[in-house]
Amino acid sequence: MKKIKIGNAQAFWGDRTVAPGILARQVPNLDYLTLDYLAEVSLSIMAIQREKDPSLGYAKDFLNVVESLIPLWKNGSKLKVICNAGGLNPEGCAKACIQLLSDAGLEEIKIGVISGDDVLQHIQSSPHRFINMESGEKADTISDSIVTANAYLGAEPLVEALKKGAQIVITGRIADPSLTVAPCMAEFGWSWDALDKIAAATIAGHVIECGTQATGGFSTEWLTIPHPENIGFPVVEVFEDGSFVVTKPENTGGAVTVETVKEQLLYEIGDPDNYLSPDITASFLSLTVEQEGVNRVRIKGAKGKPPTKKYKVSATYRDGFRADALLAVYGKDAAAKARRSGEIVIERVAQCGFKLERHLIECLGCGDIVPGVASSSPVEVVLRIAVADERKEAIECFSKEIAPLITSGPQGITGYTSGRPKVRPIFAYWPTLIDKGLVTPKVEVIAL
Amino acid sequence: MTRFLYEIAYARSGDKGSSANIGVIAKDSDSYALLVKLLTEERVAAHFKGLHPKRVIRYELPNLYAFNFVLEGVLDGGGSRSLRLDSQGKTLGQALLLMKI
Repeated sequence: MKKIKIGNAQAFWGDRTVAPGILARQVPNLDYLTLDYLAEVSLSIMAIQREKDPSLGYAKDFLNVVESLIPLWKNGSKLKVICNAGGLNPEGCAKACIQLLSDAGLEEIKIGVISGDDVLQHIQSSPHRFINMESGEKADTISDSIVTANAYLGAEPLVEALKKGAQIVITGRIADPSLTVAPCMAEFGWSWDALDKIAAATIAGHVIECGTQATGGFSTEWLTIPHPENIGFPVVEVFEDGSFVVTKPENTGGAVTVETVKEQLLYEIGDPDNYLSPDITASFLSLTVEQEGVNRVRIKGAKGKPPTKKYKVSATYRDGFRADALLAVYGKDAAAKARRSGEIVIERVAQCGFKLERHLIECLGCGDIVPGVASSSPVEVVLRIAVADERKEAIECFSKEIAPLITSGPQGITGYTSGRPKVRPIFAYWPTLIDKGLVTPKVEVIAL
Repeated sequence: MTRFLYEIAYARSGDKGSSANIGVIAKDSDSYALLVKLLTEERVAAHFKGLHPKRVIRYELPNLYAFNFVLEGVLDGGGSRSLRLDSQGKTLGQALLLMKI
C-alpha cells in the first residue's frame, strides 16, 4: 500500500533552528517536512515588524532553514517543505527564499504562496458582526485597539499549490493539522468526501504538530526517556487507507510509545468527539493506538464528519503594557520575606502615583505556580512579581522599583543581574468566527 | 488505600484560549474503571479551586483508557494577557497527578 512520510521539525517559533536540517539528513527518504511558526501572538510581533518595514512581517528564521536544506536539494533530494512562516507577508517570505535558491543555482524549485487568511478589514468594517467566542462581546469593543485578525485556513489551497508543482509551500495563518492533511490529499488523491481519511490525516497532523512532544518530550515519565539531548523529531507514515504510524529516526534519543503518543493526542483538545478543524470534524472515540515495534505506534479508526461552515479567527488587540520581575530570597522565613518584598514594590509604585490595574505576586518554590494544590516553605524561593496597566509610565515606574529591594529589602535577597525588567506591550487574544464564504484563500506558485 | 493519581495515570495539559485542558490516561483498564468512579468533575474542580475554574467538563475516551478535562476560564485571559508564570497551563497535568485518589 502506498505510504508517505511526513516529518515535523518545528513545534513553534523558538524551537531548535537546526532541527529541520538534521531531520532531513536523518531521514533521506522523507517526503514532506512541516514546520509551525505561528503561536497566538506571533502575528502581533510580525505586525510591528511590518509597520517599520513593509518587506518584513514573516519569520526570517525560515530563510536559515532553507539555507540548511539547499545542499540536500542540490544533491537531488525531492523533499517538500510546508510551513506557515509566511506570517503576515507570505509573498515577502517567498521572494526572499527565491533569492536564496537562485543564488544556489536552484532556479527550478517552485514556491507556493498561500494568502487570504488576513481578515482584519472584514472586522474593521463590520465589527458588530463579530462576537468573541469566550466573552460574547462584539468587536466594537476592540475597534480602536485591534492589531491583527487572521482566519485559520485549511488544506485545500495547499493541495492546489502542491498539485501545481510547488516544492516549498509558504502560508500565513493555517490550521496546523492542515499542513499534514494537504500532502495526503495531494499524494493519495482522496476525495473531500473521504471524511474518515481526512480525519485520520488531521489526527496525524495533530500528533506531530508539536514536534518532540510526540517523541517523549513534555511527557510525564520524562526521566525515563533515553538520550533526551539527542531527541528525535517525529515522522508520521501515512498509508492510503488513512491509518498511520508515528515514529522517529533511528539513532536518536526520545521514545515513541503508546504513552507518549496518547499524551500528545490529548494535548490542547476540547470535545474529543468533535475535534474541529477547517477541513473536518474528527472523532477520537474510535481510535486504536498500538505499539507496532520499537518506537513505532500505529493509529487506526479515525472517524470524520463534515467541517463547520466557519473559520476560526484569531484576532489580537493592544491591551496596555506589562513587566515581570524575578528575585531570589534565601534563609529563614524566605517565603514570608519574598511575599512582603513583593507587596512593598506594589505599594511604592502606588506612592509614585500609579495604582497598578493588575498585579500578581508568586512565591516560586512554595507551590504558587498552581495555587492550592501543594505548598511548602523551602529555604530558598524565587519572588516573581508580574504587573499590567494601560499606562506605560506605570509599568516603567514598576521596573525601577526592583533594584532598590537589594538594599532596602530582606537580607538574603539576591539575583538582580539582568537589569530592569523590560516593559512590553500586551497583545491580547480575541477569538471569533467568520463565514467561510467571506474568505478567499489565494494560491500563487512562483519561481525565478 | 490512598494513592496518588500519578501511580495509576499519565497526564498532559495545555491551553485553549482562556481555558485549559488536561488529558489523563490511565495505565491500564482497571485503573480506568476506578478513575471513572473517582476522578469526577467535582473532585477536579476542588483540586484546582485556587485557579477558580468557571466550570469543569469531563469527556471520556474509553477506547484510550483516557479522560479529557476542560477547565473553563482558569487561564485568566490566556497567553500574553495572563500574569501567571504558567499562563499556558503547562503545569496543570502534573498538578492533577498529585491528587490523592
